[in-house]
Amino acid sequence: MTTHTTTSSGLDAARERLWAALGERDEEAAAAAVLDARDAGTPVEEVLLDVIGSVQARLGRAWAAGRISVAQEHAATAIQDRLVAALARRTPPSPRTRPARPGGDGTVPQRVTVACVDGEWHALPARLLAEVLSGRGFLVDYLGAHVPTPHLIAHLHQTGADVVALSSTLPVRLPTAHAAVTAVQAIGIPVIVGGAAFGPDGRYARLLGADGWAPDARAAASLLAGGLRRPEGARTGPGQGLPHLLDQEYTLVTRTRAQLTRDVLEGLEAKVPAMAAYTEEQRERTAEDIAHIVDFLAASLYTDDAELFTGFLTWTAEVLRVRGVPSGALSAALDLLSDVQHDFPRAQTHLAAGRRALAHVPAPQASGLHA
Amino acid sequence: MTVFEHESGRSRVTPTVAGTSWLCSPHPALVADRQGGVVEFNDAAADLFPEMGVGSWLDEVVPAWLADAHRRLARPPRTRSAEASVRTGRPSLRGSHEGRLLRAHPTESGHGDVAWWLVDDSDLTAAQEALRAEQERTALLAEASTQLLSSLNPDRCLEKAALLAAAHLADAALVISPPVRNRYGVVTAVGERVTGLQVAMDPTAVPGLAEALQGFPPVPARWIDPAELPEWAVPEGIEGPPGSVSITSLPGHGVPAGVLILLRRSGRSAFDASEELFARLFAARAGAALSAARMYAEQARITRALIAELLPPQLHHVHGVDFAGGYRTSQETERIGGDFYDVHAGADADQESLAVLGDVCGKGLDAAVLTGRIRSTLHALLPLADDHQNVLKLLNGALMTARHTRFATLVLASVRRAGGRVRLRLTSAGHPGPLILRTTGEVEEADTSGTLVGALAEVTSRSATVHLAPGETCLLYTDGITEARGGPLGSVMFGEERLRAALAECVGLPAEAVVERMQMIAGHWVGSGPHDDMAVVAITAPHTTHLSAVNGHTRGRYTV
Repeated sequence: MTTHTTTSSGLDAARERLWAALGERDEEAAAAAVLDARDAGTPVEEVLLDVIGSVQARLGRAWAAGRISVAQEHAATAIQDRLVAALARRTPPSPRTRPARPGGDGTVPQRVTVACVDGEWHALPARLLAEVLSGRGFLVDYLGAHVPTPHLIAHLHQTGADVVALSSTLPVRLPTAHAAVTAVQAIGIPVIVGGAAFGPDGRYARLLGADGWAPDARAAASLLAGGLRRPEGARTGPGQGLPHLLDQEYTLVTRTRAQLTRDVLEGLEAKVPAMAAYTEEQRERTAEDIAHIVDFLAASLYTDDAELFTGFLTWTAEVLRVRGVPSGALSAALDLLSDVQHDFPRAQTHLAAGRRALAHVPAPQASGLHA
Repeated sequence: MTVFEHESGRSRVTPTVAGTSWLCSPHPALVADRQGGVVEFNDAAADLFPEMGVGSWLDEVVPAWLADAHRRLARPPRTRSAEASVRTGRPSLRGSHEGRLLRAHPTESGHGDVAWWLVDDSDLTAAQEALRAEQERTALLAEASTQLLSSLNPDRCLEKAALLAAAHLADAALVISPPVRNRYGVVTAVGERVTGLQVAMDPTAVPGLAEALQGFPPVPARWIDPAELPEWAVPEGIEGPPGSVSITSLPGHGVPAGVLILLRRSGRSAFDASEELFARLFAARAGAALSAARMYAEQARITRALIAELLPPQLHHVHGVDFAGGYRTSQETERIGGDFYDVHAGADADQESLAVLGDVCGKGLDAAVLTGRIRSTLHALLPLADDHQNVLKLLNGALMTARHTRFATLVLASVRRAGGRVRLRLTSAGHPGPLILRTTGEVEEADTSGTLVGALAEVTSRSATVHLAPGETCLLYTDGITEARGGPLGSVMFGEERLRAALAECVGLPAEAVVERMQMIAGHWVGSGPHDDMAVVAITAPHTTHLSAVNGHTRGRYTV
């Protein structure tokens, strides 16, 4: 496709330079790493995805492995965001032919709106996609992080976009993403989704009825270039809904989130003597962790997929393990959740799956989450 | 078993069992023998088949479909299976006779004769046909309405109308919009392809077009001679002159929404009366949807123009200092509210820049309008910004003499970079004190206080001077953040302590990252619950010389 030959070692070098610069919070050096790669002939798309995007993924892994702090990750992300902007401003308009909108006469370029779902603050993946699409000749409206669905819909009415690309990283946003997907389709515009929230195989994208799913920005660009059919307005027939939600378990868990969190917190305090010595802040952090578990349980009930829950638990246990925090409290929290939700058969199934998954994670001793 | 539809009480009736009463039946009935000779028939059958007589051959007196059916039944290839089928009931036959639709029910008499009961089905069939057509049309109209109403974007709505018309009404459809500066938007659909173009034309050149565009005089769909259609109106894919062309006005909300031109290829049948009615119903829906979309677009355009000045500005790097702002309105459907912020850059790097963040009592549009006035007033007072007290006094005076009774709190921050450090003069007017994040992770509140503006005749305030070392941040925020209710245990106020703790984790972060983090933490705290307007501004002394090419501009957040 491209005549340019970027050696993988060239990309490696650019990545290492960028990684080092971000570690020093040296914005100038970071920009130099990126712009030098571009000036050396690396296509902008490769700089965006294989340098900036790749380093961003490494940042996430480094955080999960406990090698960098949240603040460091945040600072690096802020610099990365500016690098994308700098790169975009210094890149001449794409000479390629513009992908035409489907159903037209081939002369009108396709207009894509890129946005993160409401409550989603990880904007960089969507930002990278927006730049990749611009580079490939699409007309792109990038709305950024955390876009309330009413704003998205108003924007679509005003611009007449041909297609929407929605990004979400956290699976707990799936119900919100579902509402956004449905709302956009209801005004006759197809939606493709991407991001870790939709599962590594895109299974939740299919579940929520998205018109397409892409594992990465290049795949998303190809998918869009193929042209997506517009959904036929509001669909009200059966099949649109999720029948397993009829049991109301998701609704009830979501509605009683604060009470469930309090019940589990008090239960933990009774079970784990060390928690009596917790400061108010430690107690609140523990409550936040419990609320997070409840949120993931709710998301797994929404998708009716216990793997969503077990995946989160094993990941959390691993994050805790590398930080030297025993994950025994996780199992204890599941037991307590199970006690207070005995009327919810689906929740019971998911909690049991969670306990089984945690049994495989080494957990030295039962203790508080933030002991 | 043979069941008589109109005499459901009797399940199996043969002429011999029923005696002669069948002869008086209003339904035609006849009995024929195995060879097809008529044995007996009633008066109704005689009316239907005037040539029928006892002994006449069915072939000569009844329609062929009935005679054939009798032959198959009376002399079947395999007698047993035929008997079985007669006994277990045969589906009734249908056929026409002199424009009537007849249903024929055979009944086996037992010794080779077959009795035929005939029911005139014409009216029922016609009614069923009409019902089916009507149901299809209703379903189609419902579907069309759904599709037409789904988008409030006029261009998409025009395309939809053209595509639906081309799919269900004609081979090609054109939707012509009312003119803008003598140019007419024409959207053409052929099959599933849709194209748009602008045409400068004289509508009176096409018979009926000018009237249809005006919606007056009110005429129903009009048929024109296809030869009179101008070149621009004959789309690709329709070879040669079309067979038939109709022009229909699209009635909008009081004013015409445009014109629908339907084209059928020559060789295809022209529109019949029911299709014409359907076209009219479709036109009514398309016109209403187009009007709604145009009205929404116009209102949205006006709103955009009016609120442009009320939207929170994009903040960036000014004279060696990083500024970043973030805003979340209390109502998700709105983009403006009672909180506001601005940064007015100094004339040069030696002059102070003025940052301001404030909160008008109340929320929503009314509060937003007042934020606009305050921002304009402060802009006008910029030359006096050396003296915060004076600025606040003048602002207070302006607010006191205005018609409204709202008041506001705000913070003024005059910012100048001096060497590697940033000097801030901060003055609070009834507003939460700015927080200063030190490189040590300590968080201090600036020692400034004052009365709010717009409520009392006299205002007083006390300023504080603060210096920021590289990497340090001054955070201005509104009480929407600290008073946000939520948290893991629900309904707990976020409070200043949590804000300070959250800020303490932001040591060394650039201004945008601080703002984003504060917004994210507050956003997680409230979850999906209700909250007030929330605004934050971070003023940060950068670590290093700023990358001028990057300039801190970032696209995003509702910028189009």
